[in-house]
Amino acid sequence: MIEEVLATARYNAKVDPSLGIWTWEIAFYLFMGGMAAGIMLFAAWAVLGSRRGTLPFAHDRFALWAPIVLSLGMTTLFLDLEYKIHVFRFYTSFEPSSPMSWGAWVLVLIYPLMVVQILSTLRDGYPVLAGWLERLPGGGWLLDICEGRRRTIAWLVVPLAVGLGIYTGVLLSAFSARPFWNSGILGPLFLVSGMSTAAVLPLLAGVGGGEKQFFERSDLGLIAIELTLIALFLISLATGAAQHMQALHLVWGGEYTVPFWLWFVLPGLLIPLLLEFLALRGNRLSGITAAVLVVAGGFMLRYLMVEIGQVSTWNDYAIQFDPQLLQRLMP
Amino acid sequence: MTTFAMVIDTRTCIGCGDCVVACKNENKVPAGLNRDWVVEATRGEYPNLETEFRSERCNHCSHATCVTSCPTGASHYWKDSNIVLVAAEKCTGCKACIAACPYDARLIMHPDGYVDKCTFCHHRVDQGLEPACVSSCPTHCMHFGNLDDRDSIVSRLLRDRRHKVLMPETGNRPHVYYLT
Amino acid sequence: MNRREFLKVSAALGAATTVPTMLGGCATRPLPGSGDVTATPTVCNMCFWQCAGTLYQEDGRPWKLVGNPDDPHCDGRLCTRGTGGIGAYDDRDRLRQPLLRVDDGGGQRFEAVGWDEAFDFIAKRMNAIGEQYGKDRLALLSHGDGGKHFQRLLQAFGSHAYAHPSFAQCRGPRATAFGLTFGEGVGSPDRTDMAHSRCIVLIGSHIGENLHNSQVQTFTRALDKGATVITVDPRFSVAAAKSQHWLPIKPGTDIALLLAWTNVLINEGLYDRHYVARYCSGLDKLVDHVQPYNPEWAYLETGIEPAVIRETARLMAANAPATLVHPGRHTTWYGDDTQRCRAIAILNALLGSWGRPGGFYAQEKVELPPYPAPEPPKPQQDWKAVLQGDYPLVGSGISNRLVERSIGDDAFIKGWFVYATNLPMTLPGATDQIKAAAESLELMVVVDTMPAEITGFADVVLPECTYLERYDDLRNKPERTPTLALRMPAFEPRHQSRPAWWMARQLASHLGLDAYFPYEDYTEVLDWQLKQVGSSLTEMQRVGVKRFPRKTPLYFEDGRDIEFNTPSGKIELWSSLLAGTGQDPLPRYTRPDRPPPGFYHLNYGRAPAHTFGRTINNPQLFELMPENNIWVHPSAAAVHGIVSGDYVLLENPEGKRSNRVRVRVTERIRPDSIFIVHGFGHSDARQRLAHGVGADDAALMHNVKIDPVTGSTGMRASFVRPVKEGVG
Repeated sequence: MIEEVLATARYNAKVDPSLGIWTWEIAFYLFMGGMAAGIMLFAAWAVLGSRRGTLPFAHDRFALWAPIVLSLGMTTLFLDLEYKIHVFRFYTSFEPSSPMSWGAWVLVLIYPLMVVQILSTLRDGYPVLAGWLERLPGGGWLLDICEGRRRTIAWLVVPLAVGLGIYTGVLLSAFSARPFWNSGILGPLFLVSGMSTAAVLPLLAGVGGGEKQFFERSDLGLIAIELTLIALFLISLATGAAQHMQALHLVWGGEYTVPFWLWFVLPGLLIPLLLEFLALRGNRLSGITAAVLVVAGGFMLRYLMVEIGQVSTWNDYAIQFDPQLLQRLMP
Repeated sequence: MTTFAMVIDTRTCIGCGDCVVACKNENKVPAGLNRDWVVEATRGEYPNLETEFRSERCNHCSHATCVTSCPTGASHYWKDSNIVLVAAEKCTGCKACIAACPYDARLIMHPDGYVDKCTFCHHRVDQGLEPACVSSCPTHCMHFGNLDDRDSIVSRLLRDRRHKVLMPETGNRPHVYYLT
Repeated sequence: MNRREFLKVSAALGAATTVPTMLGGCATRPLPGSGDVTATPTVCNMCFWQCAGTLYQEDGRPWKLVGNPDDPHCDGRLCTRGTGGIGAYDDRDRLRQPLLRVDDGGGQRFEAVGWDEAFDFIAKRMNAIGEQYGKDRLALLSHGDGGKHFQRLLQAFGSHAYAHPSFAQCRGPRATAFGLTFGEGVGSPDRTDMAHSRCIVLIGSHIGENLHNSQVQTFTRALDKGATVITVDPRFSVAAAKSQHWLPIKPGTDIALLLAWTNVLINEGLYDRHYVARYCSGLDKLVDHVQPYNPEWAYLETGIEPAVIRETARLMAANAPATLVHPGRHTTWYGDDTQRCRAIAILNALLGSWGRPGGFYAQEKVELPPYPAPEPPKPQQDWKAVLQGDYPLVGSGISNRLVERSIGDDAFIKGWFVYATNLPMTLPGATDQIKAAAESLELMVVVDTMPAEITGFADVVLPECTYLERYDDLRNKPERTPTLALRMPAFEPRHQSRPAWWMARQLASHLGLDAYFPYEDYTEVLDWQLKQVGSSLTEMQRVGVKRFPRKTPLYFEDGRDIEFNTPSGKIELWSSLLAGTGQDPLPRYTRPDRPPPGFYHLNYGRAPAHTFGRTINNPQLFELMPENNIWVHPSAAAVHGIVSGDYVLLENPEGKRSNRVRVRVTERIRPDSIFIVHGFGHSDARQRLAHGVGADDAALMHNVKIDPVTGSTGMRASFVRPVKEGVG
């Protein structure tokens, strides 16, 4: 028998009984970050492949969604901070060892890039907005520059958007202290998931014809890759050290088994896979349903990853008291 | 880099928690939060049993993942030593450091919003005193000092006695040692 | 670390920059100790050890309590409770004003009154009792040095009856037994010389969970030096975890083991012949007496194997005379406790540890003259003869007997002063008796700092201030080095609370007994006493502790004859006084009661975070340990289908049930026993932290065994079983 108990009462808020520092705010931010990366990539892909004709939405209009999506995520990220007044501190230094610091600065670089990406096709995508911009001093000149450098901008977008997508995963995987997160696969997984959730947005926006087919096929492929990466992720946990095997147990027989498989894998990946397959055969309703499920599934993935990772731990001490009792100390 | 270490003799630790109360008083830790705690670990089967008591806290690791994960530099090393401190004026409350600590030692959100933890009582170390927990221990089982000094009590104890750290496999290089 | 550096804290410490700038962010938090720091000497009152310490304040707020390095009671380190003493001062639920029970037709309730009104009421009632029954019909039940003031008051009035529950509910059997054997008691602090012991035997004593400060420190010194420790306990206590030998004895059978050890030492010739020949009497009778009690016989009673009994006896002998069979302190267990303590005393005598290094040293206190005041009048009758004449060998009051003699119209005792002792949780299974006494008594005055359960029975409740807010008698305990320690106030008394000396003084005035209290402020008393020994109040306020040289030897000296305070003048292995009063002159073993089927031995003890029930509401200590658990062996837990973290009720064979209590399943307890830390299960709602938390073991004690020699209450003979909530 090995019994390890806390002999003195300890119930630090958000740390005991298991880590609970991040919940839906961070999950939502990661979700939006991945989605924005995916949006930018698809827009860049359309430009680089000169697919204006086949992918008009992606080419001209999709890019505008990216900053909106990302900003929603940044809002919840800000809400999560406990010391909000100090938010500017992210920008008074750069800590190369901290993925979060990288993320903070990358986001600063990404916004201008997003803007020029939008501007590079604004006249074609949103003529009304372009009209307003041209009335401002220098507006027309700006639009000209961006349109002229359209391909260059798209080339620049690719590495940064890939970086953004992967960063949302690396943010978690860099924490060696959390066995469930500590796998290099998280970066690519979150990128692929982000691209998948981005890929279904045009379907929800009502694109038709060839573009619809393109996105459905792309999403099909992305979901297949995502399933593979998840399988590899679980295998890496199963073949890791004791703490990793314990972390795997959380979704393989433990308390998160049902949420992981029944609320994420099944409705977020497997069913959309099937539905999109059917949609490619012409079933219109399946397409919308699948898109909604993919988006919901994308959020579920982040939410579950954030929560399960915090529950996974290297040490685990039993307590000998009811934590509610410590509430009596509060005035 | 000066290496400060705490050496705790589990043979004479009785798990009384004096260190916990002393720390709370010295550092005015708010109600409901703890910078240190006591763990009781029992092995064996009745009647062949062994119980070990450990007073645990932040391990002030030389390769602290909480320092590397901090995006603003709020989590930093004090005066070229391994004492890890949080500069409250730089902390945004992002809590990455709390997630980064494998010992769950890096903890507590101070009600004002910044991260707090054991500081090895650096304000006392600065005056040549020992941390409050070490000074309060009624069995004198806790020791503190500079590992770079070969004649310090901590260096001598680690040379003479078998000892361990918590979870060395984390790679963080903790500096709270337990004599066994 | 140099104490002078420590005290000389200046305001220039710390690098607190308080100028906020846009880029610099908000101000850095000021480092602890960087403000205005003051230090006040005090003597801790969290338990009877009375360690000297220093209270530090920063910017007018209490900061921390630290031990005084010059004090032999603590060597510069306060224990867990001592360090948490500020919580007693800060406790939100402290008594604030005198309370008077009124019955205005709408039911009884407490009304807050001024001090004068409270004293008038008390004086009136006391005088009424004096006129109707006699002036010797009041009694004092108290715990702690502050009770002395009330004792003096009552004696001046004419009442001499008193009882400290710490005698009949705790140390009584030990005091009696060692007094009968060696002619002296063990003392508080206990006179054990563990720093020099090479072998320590603990009979149930859980050093390390009871935080008897210098006991714990000297025990640790012994561990550091590699001493052999043998622990006899049904539970794998902290001390057991530090031992080379843990003997998980069947509860209640300790005398069998002690007699078997005695048998081995004698039959194998391992005892200290020279010492015994020189100092002891009754060896022949002892030799005959222990012959039947061999290890094989003991094995059947105790469950400890004969080989282990022999091996441990031989270890004890090999390390003698630096072998201490620890006398314990709380010794009121099974009703044969005086005899068990006698067996321990006898073993120590055979090993030659009494008066030798590593065993027991001689204590000495400072010769401090009492403040000149008239002697109180001699008592009209011998109250001991009246109240406890059937315990002629007992020199102290027996609290449970005193409570019994307060019940009924023709009870001898008509009024109580209760000082700092929470009787319903102190006396086992006695709530009904206390209620009956409360109904019979014509006056009950309760003095306390907290609204303990006993206050609910009182006519008058007087709020005492904590030790951090008052002067008290100089601490002058018999110890290794005679020392005086000063308790002085660090704060003004909060609310309307006052020190005990002031209450006694004022009440004396209301009773016309001023002559016996010839001072206005207690500093007069302290300063006068200190000047008699070459010191002064001013000096003590600066240093806190002052050591004095010893005048008597610490240990027995070779070549010197010693006269022991016994009838024979020797250490009495065979006790003539016991024989003379019809008791067993040598300890005999009686088999303890067995638990009924399905029940377990109720084994209680201490935890380092708390001092019985007194500190449960202390916010700092409550935070450390908010509730107690019952320790249940896995096999027993399986039978009842409970796991760690479950909440159950404890039920005794009479069907009485406790409050819900948390389960801890652990291998650290015998399968036939359940362990619980005493002091929880407070019912008084005015203690907002402690109220309703944990289980009270005292209320479940259905099988209290009264010791025939000491009159004490054996509390470990009761049984319980766990019952799931909502069942039955």
